[in-house]
Amino acid sequence: MTLDFDLLPDGGVSWLDASGPAPHIVLSTRIRLARNLRGVPFTHRADDAERERLLERVLAAARGAPELAGAAVYRVDRLSRLERQLLHERHLVSKELAGLGSRDGVRHGAALLTNGDVGVMINEEDHLRLQVLKSGFAPEPAFADTQRVDRALGASVPFAFHPEFGYLTACPTNAGTGLRASVLIHLPGLVLTKEIAKVLQGLSQVGLTFRGLYGEGSEVVGNFFQLSNQTTLGKSAEELLDHLAKIVRQVIQYEEQAREVLQRDAPTVIADKVWRAYGLLRYARSLSLEEAMNLLSGVRLGVGLNLITDLSVYTLNKLLVFTQPAHLAQRTERTLTDPDLPAVRAGYVRKLLEEDAARRQRSGPSTTEP
Amino acid sequence: MLCEHCGERPAAIHLTQIVNDTVTQQHLCEVCAAEKGVHTEASVAKFPLSDFLASMGEGTAPTAPASRAEACSACGATLQDFQDTGRLGCPECYATFAAHLRTLLRRVHGSSQHVGVAYPGPAALREPEAPAPDLTELREQLQRAVAAENFELAARLRDQIRALE
Repeated sequence: MTLDFDLLPDGGVSWLDASGPAPHIVLSTRIRLARNLRGVPFTHRADDAERERLLERVLAAARGAPELAGAAVYRVDRLSRLERQLLHERHLVSKELAGLGSRDGVRHGAALLTNGDVGVMINEEDHLRLQVLKSGFAPEPAFADTQRVDRALGASVPFAFHPEFGYLTACPTNAGTGLRASVLIHLPGLVLTKEIAKVLQGLSQVGLTFRGLYGEGSEVVGNFFQLSNQTTLGKSAEELLDHLAKIVRQVIQYEEQAREVLQRDAPTVIADKVWRAYGLLRYARSLSLEEAMNLLSGVRLGVGLNLITDLSVYTLNKLLVFTQPAHLAQRTERTLTDPDLPAVRAGYVRKLLEEDAARRQRSGPSTTEP
Repeated sequence: MLCEHCGERPAAIHLTQIVNDTVTQQHLCEVCAAEKGVHTEASVAKFPLSDFLASMGEGTAPTAPASRAEACSACGATLQDFQDTGRLGCPECYATFAAHLRTLLRRVHGSSQHVGVAYPGPAALREPEAPAPDLTELREQLQRAVAAENFELAARLRDQIRALE
């Protein structure tokens, strides 16, 4: 089995389209619910046959659910490492489901069911991880979609639920609602004004936690942070979500204030940083992933501050994902360890930036380049 | 996640540093963090799972009657397995180890009592009419929202309660 993204009308990356609210600061909102089936050992303790049966039951349930009609099914366990990493880079599967980073590799029965921005990971740490990924800051619509899938599947297969502990999960840190709501947010203003440490510390005091671009265990790179709820029990899903949304709105405000301060107090420094980043991306011949991420952060700030006007947030979002190693490797039929990947990355970035600039110049305002 | 330094123990300390406008994150276990001179008091309080697992190892869990060798009748997993992997064996483990887990859940989440929609089982979900939300439950949520000065949520809950009344 090979990976056929044509099964997905938009390649599964509609969340990159920058159509949601506050797109220049918030890239995406993700809601996930952890669910397990009653009477079945948790995934890590189940054997291959048990995981296979579980997969069959879930696929049968999905076929009967209008919310998942026409969903594409990927047997992640039958994909190559490159293809698994590709799914992970698109934020469609977790590192654990893709079997990346663990010595054991991919687990038998690991699968992904995906339909538009709705996804169901099967045989992840929990039997089921239902997730919805939306563009921009959109917690309520994302939650509503997740709930529909939750009800549809929960009507066909019996979920493990305890009156005191709520939905039961392999790790007790997810028990109760099983809800993890996270927002991928770009905070260069707070980093440059050195306010970020205070904000991050404040987050942990109000029950929120942060991670890097690719979730648990990933590095913070390019000033992208994933903010999410730390606890899942003792408050209803709606309360948890409401709390997160309120805090994120505040963080967005802080970031906007920080950007105002930067523009007021250090306009030349900021413009220089932004245009240097743009210049390097536009003309460099070799870019490491980390350098690309950091430069993209600078350019993104420039677009947010209206310093750069011939570039869309959508293009920047695409670059964030499509310059990841597996995407470049697949596009150019290379391996993940190919020494030419940094050169390929630089070439791809140049091409997209040139195309966007040309398109914008044909159709509208020119740059405000001094 | 394993410690980046030793690659053996689970990472319990997540250290964020900002040097020259660049944010870096390190994930360390308590031992390596201590070796590197990272103060861990606050961090440990934030990551009670490792704390709790460690205390189980010392046999000092506050509710300790169950032996660490006691096994779940459904899947055979023991508390020792849980301590080693951080994961329970099956949903039934929650009933088997309820006393231990209650303590752990209170430390991690501040509560062990699920709040919000209760899963009614597949048959009830298949019925065309969804069961009405429980008024008592909604009133409790309203009280909490008011206490937390979360007036947006309180207003929504109040409207929901009025509609049901």
